[in-house]
Amino acid sequence: MKNCLVFAVALAPLTACSRAPEHVVPGGNVERGREQIVAVGCGACHVINGIPGARGQVGPALSGVASRAVIAGVLPNTPDNITRWIEDAPSISPQTAMPNLGLSQAQARDIAAYLYARQ
Amino acid sequence: MSQTPLSVFSRSSDAAARITTLTWFMILLSTLIFGGVILTMLVAVFRNRRREATAVDMSQPRDRFVVWGGAILPGAVLVALFVVALGAMRQFSPTPPAVTIRVTGHQWWWRAEYLGADGRPAFRTANEIHVPVDRPVRVLLTSSDVIHSFWVPQLQGKLDAIPGHITDLRLHARRTGTYGGACSEYCGQQHAHMAFTVVAESDDAYRAWTALQSADAATPTDSATTAGRQLFVTTECALCHTVRGTNARADVGPDLTHVGSRMTIAAGTRPNSLGDLEGWIANPQALKPGTRMPTLRTYTGPELRALATYLQSLK
Repeated sequence: MKNCLVFAVALAPLTACSRAPEHVVPGGNVERGREQIVAVGCGACHVINGIPGARGQVGPALSGVASRAVIAGVLPNTPDNITRWIEDAPSISPQTAMPNLGLSQAQARDIAAYLYARQ
Repeated sequence: MSQTPLSVFSRSSDAAARITTLTWFMILLSTLIFGGVILTMLVAVFRNRRREATAVDMSQPRDRFVVWGGAILPGAVLVALFVVALGAMRQFSPTPPAVTIRVTGHQWWWRAEYLGADGRPAFRTANEIHVPVDRPVRVLLTSSDVIHSFWVPQLQGKLDAIPGHITDLRLHARRTGTYGGACSEYCGQQHAHMAFTVVAESDDAYRAWTALQSADAATPTDSATTAGRQLFVTTECALCHTVRGTNARADVGPDLTHVGSRMTIAAGTRPNSLGDLEGWIANPQALKPGTRMPTLRTYTGPELRALATYLQSLK
C-alpha cells in the first residue's frame, strides 16, 4: 500500500504532462467537436483518429495537430489561429481546397479542441 | 428523419409482416422441436444408463417407432414449412400499381427511373427512392453489369437484379418512414457500399418530391455556384453525369440534377454535406476504392470548392 502511494506520487508529473496546456484549446469542447467533425464531413478529406470512416486523402492526416508549428503552411499554430482556419480557410489562403463549411466560431473552436486533444 | 436499421422483424408492409410472422413461427417451431429432441434424448440416456448398447432391431416396436418417427416427423415439418413459406412469398396484390419505377443495379449504385403514363422515364434519380405510403408500387428490376439483389427488409423480401432480364417486385409501405436498403448479392469490391433508401411519405409529400425531381436544375444566381456549374459542364464531370437543364447529358454515372436533395452520396458511402461532397469529388478512390469515378487530380483548390458548392446547390 505504501509502495503504491510512492509509485503514484512518482508518476504524478507524467500524468500532468499528458494534459499539457499546449494540448488544450480554451473554451473548446472536445466531445462537441467530435460531433461537428462527423456532421460537416471532415473525414471525407482527412484521416482523423477516432472518427469512423475518416479516411479521406485530399488534405493532410490530422494526427498530432497540437505539436505542429504551422497550420496549412501559412499560420502559426495557436488555438486562435487553428480556430480561424477551420471557420473560414479560404479567407486566409484563397488558393486552398478547404471550403468554408459554414461553421460558427464556437463550433470551429470545438473542432480545434478535438484535434488538439488527439495525439 | 432518421433511417431505421435493416431489421428483418417489421410490419411496415404486408409482405414484411408475412415474413416476420413466418420467422417467428419458425423460431417457435424450431425451439419446440429442439426442446423435444433434447428431452427425448435425456429420457433415453437416463432410462438406459445400465444397459449395454444393442444394434437397431426393426422387429422391435420401440426401434421401429424411433426409425420411422425420425423420417416422418422431419418430413412432415419440412413440407408444412414449405407450404407456409409459399404463402409468405406471395408478392402480387390484385390492385394495379400507383407508381412504376425501373431500378437498375450498377457497380456500385442504383439508378431509379420513374416511368410516366407512356411507359417512358419521366425523371431519373439515384440511390434514393420515394414512394407514396399505402399505395402499391411496382419496381422493374434489372442490372447493367453483374447480378445484384434489391433488398429493403422492412418492406419486402430480397429479389435479384439480373443483367438482360427484368424481374418484377412490389413495394407497398403501410407506414411512412425512411427504410434502409442494401445490395444483398455479392457484386464486387464495393458491394458493401451499395446502399439505398426508400422513403415512404404522404401523397402530398410524394407529389411535391416528384414535382421537384421532374424539374430541371435551377440556374445558379451567385458567382461561386455559377463558376461551379461552368466547370461541371465544360470538364470531365459532364462526360459521365447528367444535370438536366445544362449541357451535361452523359449517362454513365448517376443523374445529379437534384443531388443536393439526397440524404447520402455515393450509394450511402457518405452523408451529403459540403465537406463530404468536396472530399468525394477530389478523391473518390480514397473513400470507395474501385468506384468507377476516377480521382482526377486536375482541379485546383478553388475549383474543387466551386464544384462542391454547385452540387450542394442542386436541391
